[in-house]
Amino acid sequence: MTEKDKKKYRLRKNFHQAKWDEPIIFELHNPGERGILVPEVESEVVEAVGDGISALPENMVRKQGPALPEVSQMRVLKHYLRLSQHCLGADFNIDIGQGTCTMKYSPKIHKMLAGSPKVTEIHPWQDDDTVQGALEIMYKLETFLREISGMSRFSLQPSSGSAAIFIMASMVHAFHTFHGEAEKRDEIITTIFSHPSDAAAAAVKGYKIITLYPDEDGLVSVDALKEAMSDRTAALFITNPEDTGIFNPHIAEFTRIVHEAGGLCGYDQANANGILGITRAKEAGFDLCFFNLHKTFSAPHGCGGPASGALGVTEDLIDFLPAPIVDYDGEKYYLNDDIPHTIGKTRGFYGVFPVILKAYAWITSLGGQGLKEAAQVAVLNNNYLLENIKKIRGAASPFSAGKHRIEQVRYTWEQLTQDTGVTTEDVTCRMADFGFHLWSSHHPFVVPQPFTIEPTESYSKDELDEYLEGLRKVVEEAYDDPERVKNAPYNSVVHKIDHSTLDDPEKWAITWRAYLKKHGKSKRD
Amino acid sequence: MKKLGLIVNPIAGMGGKVGLKGTDGAEILEKARELGAEPESPQRTAEALRQLLPLKNEMDIVTYPGEMGEDVVIQSGFDPHLIGTIHKGRTDGTDTKRACQDLRSYGVDLLLFAGGDGTARDIYTAIEDTVVVLGIPTGVKMHSAVFACNPVRAGELSALFLQNKIKRVREAEVMDIDEESVRRGILTAKLFGYLKIPYERRHIQGLKAGSLPDERVSQQAIAQDIIENMDSDCTFIIGPGTTTRTILERLGLNHTLLGVDLVQEKRLLGTDLSEKQLLEHIKDKKDVKIIVTPIGGQGYLFGRGNQQISAEIIRRVGKENIIVAATVEKMTSFSGRPLLIDTGDMSVNRMLSGYIKVVSGYRDRIVYKVAY
Repeated sequence: MTEKDKKKYRLRKNFHQAKWDEPIIFELHNPGERGILVPEVESEVVEAVGDGISALPENMVRKQGPALPEVSQMRVLKHYLRLSQHCLGADFNIDIGQGTCTMKYSPKIHKMLAGSPKVTEIHPWQDDDTVQGALEIMYKLETFLREISGMSRFSLQPSSGSAAIFIMASMVHAFHTFHGEAEKRDEIITTIFSHPSDAAAAAVKGYKIITLYPDEDGLVSVDALKEAMSDRTAALFITNPEDTGIFNPHIAEFTRIVHEAGGLCGYDQANANGILGITRAKEAGFDLCFFNLHKTFSAPHGCGGPASGALGVTEDLIDFLPAPIVDYDGEKYYLNDDIPHTIGKTRGFYGVFPVILKAYAWITSLGGQGLKEAAQVAVLNNNYLLENIKKIRGAASPFSAGKHRIEQVRYTWEQLTQDTGVTTEDVTCRMADFGFHLWSSHHPFVVPQPFTIEPTESYSKDELDEYLEGLRKVVEEAYDDPERVKNAPYNSVVHKIDHSTLDDPEKWAITWRAYLKKHGKSKRD
Repeated sequence: MKKLGLIVNPIAGMGGKVGLKGTDGAEILEKARELGAEPESPQRTAEALRQLLPLKNEMDIVTYPGEMGEDVVIQSGFDPHLIGTIHKGRTDGTDTKRACQDLRSYGVDLLLFAGGDGTARDIYTAIEDTVVVLGIPTGVKMHSAVFACNPVRAGELSALFLQNKIKRVREAEVMDIDEESVRRGILTAKLFGYLKIPYERRHIQGLKAGSLPDERVSQQAIAQDIIENMDSDCTFIIGPGTTTRTILERLGLNHTLLGVDLVQEKRLLGTDLSEKQLLEHIKDKKDVKIIVTPIGGQGYLFGRGNQQISAEIIRRVGKENIIVAATVEKMTSFSGRPLLIDTGDMSVNRMLSGYIKVVSGYRDRIVYKVAY
């Protein structure tokens, strides 16, 4: 090994999270304390518009003011800054343990663009003529997405991936209604390793759900699909590659079989990170697809920012899209509500513009070749991790032995648990002691003791190596001293939490008022 | 102060390592000893008890003398409270039965036992489901679903239950196969009954799943779906199990948890029927459907615990008229292994293999592989 090849990373053994022991905001309440003192309204204004209250219907006027905490500006600032230090946020840690939804890096300049007054000071009720720039960005983003997917038109209206799935289900329903088959076709087929919202959002639309389970090789077989097919099939909603990181090579046959039975095919591309520029929805035979702009196209998601599920359709389904869509008449951009069989509006206004803008900026900064390279690097990173994690004692990658994966892998600690009693949750807690986030939420546990690692293209080899070193260290401890791992974390904000109250309706409280009530406390005592 | 009852079947598992399929019966035990079998049960019990050491001052362990508990409890660092008497070195199933009756009278919060299917059966015979129990798996036969997946987990689960961190219980199958028959090459598994065990959300992620329905709620959803689709002209053969029992409960019908019942137009035509009686009942019926749920921890659809629904009946009803019902949690517990069938008739086994739809919730189906 040359000097240059020596480790450029090290495990953060002295890591410790900030622990502020900060009260919750309601406990900071101090009657009369204020963030700002709102000035008295000038008498001329009152004369012109009244007092603002008497115009409201009597039953809508509160008898008492809201029980909001009264806290000064500076104290509020400190409060939230302290809480922010309690988080292992994506900008702090090597957040690749959040498989299926690891956040890639979103360049900060894109955030600045989204925060510019040119964006924040425009209003969706402005006339089209005055927001030509925003409409142009939406229109151009749509043309990019068409090229990436092969679809004919896109709606940027859905404000999340699940909203996009719900709209896919609504469009499937509208399509079958148009052809007089909606009543009969009441089943949507999905797979257990697809995005769970494919089942959930379709069920919300009123569809019966049939979930296909994989064979021992991790792939759903054509025969399993055939068992589910009937004249009641409305659609197939599927993710590919699935959460296992395995790409189903029979996908074109799947879509053919569903089409032959009169159903539609919706491609869940919430996470299309490994296949940008490699394969497209159109060529795989899909009628609908959607991308999570807040995932694949870099705009932060979850607690990191709002969402956008851009929904694409083939020519046959354009007439059912939610209205409006952005069009261009050769001179100006405009919102087009004239869609013959539209399912209608699915949210207020048009879409989540800051997310749309960040995705547009990301695509234009990378270019076509750059998008493909991002996918290739994401896959390379993933397979580097796979080769190394497979060598860690107690870890395994079920299914598809010896083959590469696409953008992520669902691993199992089953052997580790059997050998040492240390579970996924224990490993997760111990990883936090070295400053890593490892997510364990992949229910139901079809893969026992699961963990899913997805590196994306953003992380460097050094960072991947540091993360691997963390896993190795925790496993070494699990075999030498399992109690050390089972009692973790030690360097985190909160150590062990008693989960049992989550299962106890008498104890759980999702609001401050519920907490006071259920725990026998009076207001602000 | 919480009280943990402990029963160790000291000879459980001894038959397995020396290829004897089990350790039921004095002769077999003798043979196992001759073949060099060593007791493994105490050591595995110790592994479970180690997980309870942090609770040492918050609970009492109540157990039987010598190898039935006392020895391993002391060896694990506890001070046991002893009840009962035994003839050391000569204990058998009658001691197990007497011990669990005594422990029930003493009043324990949880009865932890080390053994296999035979031990579980003895406990069920003696006290049925009057006490919450949990098995430390140490036996040869493990068809019952009353065992934790390993001794460590048995200890951890016991600790959570004694600390009130797990409050719910679930009914788990007690099954046993007739060892004599197995040694002659015939496998017959019988469903003996159900014991109550601490309910662990093993396959559903705990942190985010606080408000997910528990197994009973899922079973109700499945029953509602099946009842809504019950055709009045059709006769339903309803197999044993807690999931299928829920259908009868929702219909307000008496049921036999372990037997096979017959229902038409939401009325009972017969309960606890034998194969012969079932054949007699359905011989002139045109529309017959079978409703079954996988039995036990190994996922048998037919051939274990519901042998009354024989190959001949299955052939007459046809694969398309079989309704399989199981919660997502149950299906997930098979970790991707196919559902199994062992009807004793290869042509029927072949007919059933492939893929089958499973009713897994209200308006919810799973397509799952079936093999023999």
